[in-house]
Amino acid sequence: MSKGLPEARTDAAMSELVPEPRPKPAVPMKPVSINSNLLGYIGIDTIIEQMRKKTMKTGFDFNIMVVGQSGLGKSTLVNTLFKSQVSRKASSWNREEKIPKTVEIKAIGHVIEEGGVKMKLTVIDTPGFGDQINNENCWEPIEKYINEQYEKFLKEEVNIARKKRIPDTRVHCCLYFISPTGHSLRPLDLEFMRHLSKVVNIIPVIAKADTMTLEEKSEFKQRVRKELEVNGIEFYPQKEFDEDLEDKTENDKIRQESMPFAVVGSDKEYQVNGKRVLGRKTPWGIIEVENLNHCEFALLRDFVIRTHLQDLKEVTHNIHYETYRAKRLNDNGGLPPGEGLLGTVLPPVPATPCPTAE
Amino acid sequence: MEAEANSGSLEDSGAFIQRPGEGCRTVPLAGHVGFDSLPDQLVNKSVSQGFCFNILCVGETGLGKSTLMDTLFNTKFEGEPATHTQPGVQLRSNTYDLQESNVGLKLTIVSTVGFGDQINKEDSYKPIVEFIDAQFEAYLQEELKIRRVLHSYHDSRIHACLYFIAPTGHSLKSLDLVTMKKLDSKVNIIPIIAKSDAISKSELTKFKIKITSELVSNGVQIYQFPTDDESVAEINGTMNAHLPFAVIGSTEELKIGNKMMKARQYPWGTVQVENEAHCDFVKLREMLIRVNMEDLREQTHSRHYELYRRCKLEEMGFKDTDPDSKPFSLQETYEAKRNEFLGELQKKEEEMRQMFVQRVKEKEAELKEAEKELHEKFDRLKKLHQDEKKKLEDKKKCLDDEVNAFKQRKTAAELLQSQGSQAGGSQTLKRDKEKKNNPWLCTE
Repeated sequence: MSKGLPEARTDAAMSELVPEPRPKPAVPMKPVSINSNLLGYIGIDTIIEQMRKKTMKTGFDFNIMVVGQSGLGKSTLVNTLFKSQVSRKASSWNREEKIPKTVEIKAIGHVIEEGGVKMKLTVIDTPGFGDQINNENCWEPIEKYINEQYEKFLKEEVNIARKKRIPDTRVHCCLYFISPTGHSLRPLDLEFMRHLSKVVNIIPVIAKADTMTLEEKSEFKQRVRKELEVNGIEFYPQKEFDEDLEDKTENDKIRQESMPFAVVGSDKEYQVNGKRVLGRKTPWGIIEVENLNHCEFALLRDFVIRTHLQDLKEVTHNIHYETYRAKRLNDNGGLPPGEGLLGTVLPPVPATPCPTAE
Repeated sequence: MEAEANSGSLEDSGAFIQRPGEGCRTVPLAGHVGFDSLPDQLVNKSVSQGFCFNILCVGETGLGKSTLMDTLFNTKFEGEPATHTQPGVQLRSNTYDLQESNVGLKLTIVSTVGFGDQINKEDSYKPIVEFIDAQFEAYLQEELKIRRVLHSYHDSRIHACLYFIAPTGHSLKSLDLVTMKKLDSKVNIIPIIAKSDAISKSELTKFKIKITSELVSNGVQIYQFPTDDESVAEINGTMNAHLPFAVIGSTEELKIGNKMMKARQYPWGTVQVENEAHCDFVKLREMLIRVNMEDLREQTHSRHYELYRRCKLEEMGFKDTDPDSKPFSLQETYEAKRNEFLGELQKKEEEMRQMFVQRVKEKEAELKEAEKELHEKFDRLKKLHQDEKKKLEDKKKCLDDEVNAFKQRKTAAELLQSQGSQAGGSQTLKRDKEKKNNPWLCTE
């Protein structure tokens, strides 16, 4: 249910109105029936179908960023996630191709379709991150890129004549790859996540998890969780954005048990027990990517794609983008005053301090 | 949906490279990924937030607006029928929470009160237009705030306007034409013929044709049901041809055959509301609620609201200077306006200060005058007082003189008397004797 009745606003805005907003449940619950001549069925629930049709027609955008040192299997993982070659691997990495001097941002877009749903997927790769000897401030280009996307969206939104559908290039999700050292997080990891968790949804992922045994894995995960908590780093799903109790319990379970996901990626198929599965072949066995006993790839995939895809986009739009927008408008000496652009020119409402991007 | 020129729109900052030529191509999937659940995820979120839908009913008093709403939503909404003696047009708004299976709808019904009742109807459309604009304005204000909560904002913009046409059988009234023309760029208008059981079938067809042709010739743009989606194109297309819908509303249920149906009973027969041969009520319900509710909401937001926003912002003096216009240009214009306002404010302040000084001067002069007068008065009074005093003193002196004179005479007389009594005491005796003897002798 939408929250709150703006009675005050009604009174102020319309002087000729006799506003009597009185919410009351009017129609008792009736079973959905298509060929109904029954008195009682109105057909309000068809709006779900209408909305679904509309969204399928317009299609979706999704932008995912992968950050981590080179060689951690970022591209492979993305390809495995989306079961297609959306990310060009550095497998054909030849010695002539130098490690970039600074962090580069490469965004490549593809259109994928499944079940009538078209999605424009953009994978943003960050080669060069953490590969230098001196890695100070190597997150800055990334932060800059993310803010640039917010800026672009803001520009479009502020236009007088706006596009019907503003192209969304904002980063919805950032997979941060943690090296499977088995000990703890590196200072670079902490620094990066501390800076970026305020501007984008970060999902920490333990890469190449097939180098750890089960006990090592669970210990490592616990340590990582502890460290993140101690350092005040809120990764997605953030506690403060849980909407209701249902969400909270569901997300708590994920936050406290599953995350960070320890994954293995692969795009090669092998025959196991008569089935063709994605996996990695080693002398001591085949690691099945989608087998929950072997690694948590399936959990990650379900989490990101099957259940929380829309939520990732919404948190980006409703929270991160709004924070950026508010900060941006405040920094510019209060572009529209706190009470709104139109109407009297009031001094800008002093903004409550928003979480800065620095 | 083809890629919306993604390759061209990514920026070229120093550390950012775009792979050339890789644009946006469709990539085949090697298996089931699972993002086809995305529409479901989206819909579930919307369901948990709830929907809102706002209908505006415009029409003369007594055309059955409230009854039709009751019939459409199968319930009795509150409100008494209005009288015909309203001095002007007013709008009455009510919000209701309806629930059907797992879908919650916040329905707002706004109705005109007193429309068409006045003798002079020139301004009848104004309150309606103002109301619609006010809803857009409220949304725009929210959108322009620095800290805003758009996703949980109660959208009060009117999504559909049902225009009730009186069943005269001839043509549209000029009031109808004028009002619809004013509203067609602000809201989705769906014209309906009210109380259509007053018209026979043949008259109805002629009436509908006449109305449609009048609307077209006057350039009134009514809402067209969308025909771009194949699944609904056909039904919407046929419905478009049936506009305006001829409806009958009734909340009374009568037993017809072996079912209870909404109907109106006349001596000559019973009109069934949900019988498609009797009236277009079912069509209206289909179109309004079951097929196009989402489209109505979208059109309101993407077309009417955007138009309002554009006009309003342009009115305020903001312009998109060029394709790369940044928020700065809005900012600059704003700064300029702000300075202008500040300058005006200063001027006003100066004026007020001057006026104040002048007033003070005037008041001072007045007070001085009064003071002078008072002094004069005081002097006069003093003088008078002094005169009076002098007079009194004079009189007193006179009196004293008289008293003194009298005293002198008295002492003189007493002296003489005492002398006389000494020297001639005998004389007195003698005189007394003489007096006795001669009573007619007068003494001195």
